[in-house]
Amino acid sequence: MKLLDSTDSGNSSSIERTQYPYVTGTSVIGIKYKDGILMAADMGASYGSTLRYKSVERVKPVGKHSLIGASGEISDFQEILRSLDELILYDNMWDDGNSLGPKEVHNYLTRMMYNRRNKFDPLWNSLVLGGVKNGQKYLGMVSMIGVHFEDNHVATGFGNHLARPILRDEWHENLTFEDGVKLLEKCMRVLLYRDRSAVNKLQIAKITEEGVTVSQPYALKTFWNFNAFQNPTVGAEGSW
Amino acid sequence: MASIGTGYDLSVTTFSPDGRVFQIEYAAKAVDNSGTVIGIKCKDGIVMGVEKLITSKMMLPGSNRRIHSVHRHSGMAVAGLAADGRQIVARAKAEAANYESTYGEAIPIKELTERVASYVHLCTLYWWLRPFGCGVILGGYDRDGPQLYMIEPSGISYRYFGAAIGKGKQAAKTEIEKLKLSEMTCREGVLEIAKIIYRVHDEAKDKAFELEMSWVCDESKRRHEKVPEELLVEAKAAAVAALEEMDAD
Repeated sequence: MKLLDSTDSGNSSSIERTQYPYVTGTSVIGIKYKDGILMAADMGASYGSTLRYKSVERVKPVGKHSLIGASGEISDFQEILRSLDELILYDNMWDDGNSLGPKEVHNYLTRMMYNRRNKFDPLWNSLVLGGVKNGQKYLGMVSMIGVHFEDNHVATGFGNHLARPILRDEWHENLTFEDGVKLLEKCMRVLLYRDRSAVNKLQIAKITEEGVTVSQPYALKTFWNFNAFQNPTVGAEGSW
Repeated sequence: MASIGTGYDLSVTTFSPDGRVFQIEYAAKAVDNSGTVIGIKCKDGIVMGVEKLITSKMMLPGSNRRIHSVHRHSGMAVAGLAADGRQIVARAKAEAANYESTYGEAIPIKELTERVASYVHLCTLYWWLRPFGCGVILGGYDRDGPQLYMIEPSGISYRYFGAAIGKGKQAAKTEIEKLKLSEMTCREGVLEIAKIIYRVHDEAKDKAFELEMSWVCDESKRRHEKVPEELLVEAKAAAVAALEEMDAD
C-alpha cells in the first residue's frame, strides 16, 4: 500500500504499486431500449470468495440525466460517486439552464480512470454509464485502465462473456420496457447460475427523459429440477 | 460620516488617531453605491432580492447574476464591486465543498459565514491586499432551520431577521421592520421583497433595473434556487400595482 496520497501533485517518492481489490461487485449490464436505458446489477459485494455484503446498491443516478453502474472495488466506486457528486453540485450552481449529460459524465469518468491508471494507482472499477438527454440515448463503458466506448448494450466482468452473446442475438432497436426487463433478467439469471460471485438479489434501474427509477431489490426464480440433477450418484458406484 | 482621513487613509494597515481604518470605511462606500440587496428570514425559509441596475440597454436580461448558490442549501446575494463579489462566492463554494468532503454533511450556515467573514477580514490585514469592495447577504437552510447572515467589507458578520445593503438600504430597512416576518411564509415574502425593491428604487437617479430573486425554503425542498418564474412574474406585478396605488394617493 502507498505511504503517500498518490493524488499529490508533487512527486511521490514512495514506490507505486497496483492495488488489490478487497470488496468487489460483480457484473453490471446495460441496454438501450425504446425510451432510454435499462441497467441491472445484483446487490452483492464479495470479500474474496466470501459473499460478504448483500445489499450494496451498485447502480446510482448521477445528476438529472445519467445512471452509473459499477463493478469492482466498492470503496473506489464510493470515491467515484463522491467526485461525481461534487461535479454535479458545481454544475448545478452555475444555474444557467444547462446540465451535464451522459456523454459529458462518461468523458469525465474516462479522464479520471485513465489519469489514475497512468499514475499506477487505478480505481479498480469497470463502470457503465447510461442516460438520456434531449431525446438522445447514450450508453457507454469505462474500464479501470481507461478503455472507453459506447454501444447499444454493454456489460462488465463476467457479463461480457455470458450476457453479451445473449444480447447480441436478442437485442434490437426499440425494445419495450417489459421486453427490456425480460432480456436483462435472462442475462442476470445466466450470471446467477454461472458466476460464483453473483447473488440472487438484484435491482434494475431505468432512465428516460422524465427521470430515473431504481427498482426495489428482488430475486430471480431459478430452476434446479433438471433430470441430470435427480439421483446425481447414479452410475457413480465404484468410480470417483 | 464623511470625514476626510487625510494622511491616515492611504493604507489598510494604518489606524487614524481616533481609531478608524479609513480604507475599510471607503470599501463600505463602494457597497453603498450599488443597487439595493435585501434578505429576509420568513418562518419557513429565506428570501433574497437584488435591484440590478442596468447600465446598458444592450445587456441581456437574466445575465450579470448577483445571487449565487454556494451549495445546495445556501446562497449569497452580493452588493458592491461585482468582480470582488465573484471572488467571495468562489471562496464560499470552495469552503462549502471542502466541509462536505471532510465531514460528510452540508456545511452549517453559521460555519460558512464564519469562514467567509474571516476570508473577507483577511484582506484587511495586509498592506499589499485591498479590502473587498462588496457586502454579502448569505441565506441558507440547515439542521437549525433557516438562517440569514450579512458580511461587511470589514469582515464583520451578524445574523439577521432582515437585512439590506446598497443604495436604498435605509428605506428598505424601515420597510422590512414593518413586516411581521415570523408569521410570513416565503411565498408571501417574495411578494413583499419585490414591493420593497420597487419602492426604494430611485427613478430619478437610476433608469432601469432588473429584479433578481432567490429563495431557500420548505417549498423549494430546502434547496437554494431562483424564485420560480410564475411567482416572480406575480411578485413584479404586485409590486408595480402597489407602487401605482401609492403614487395615486
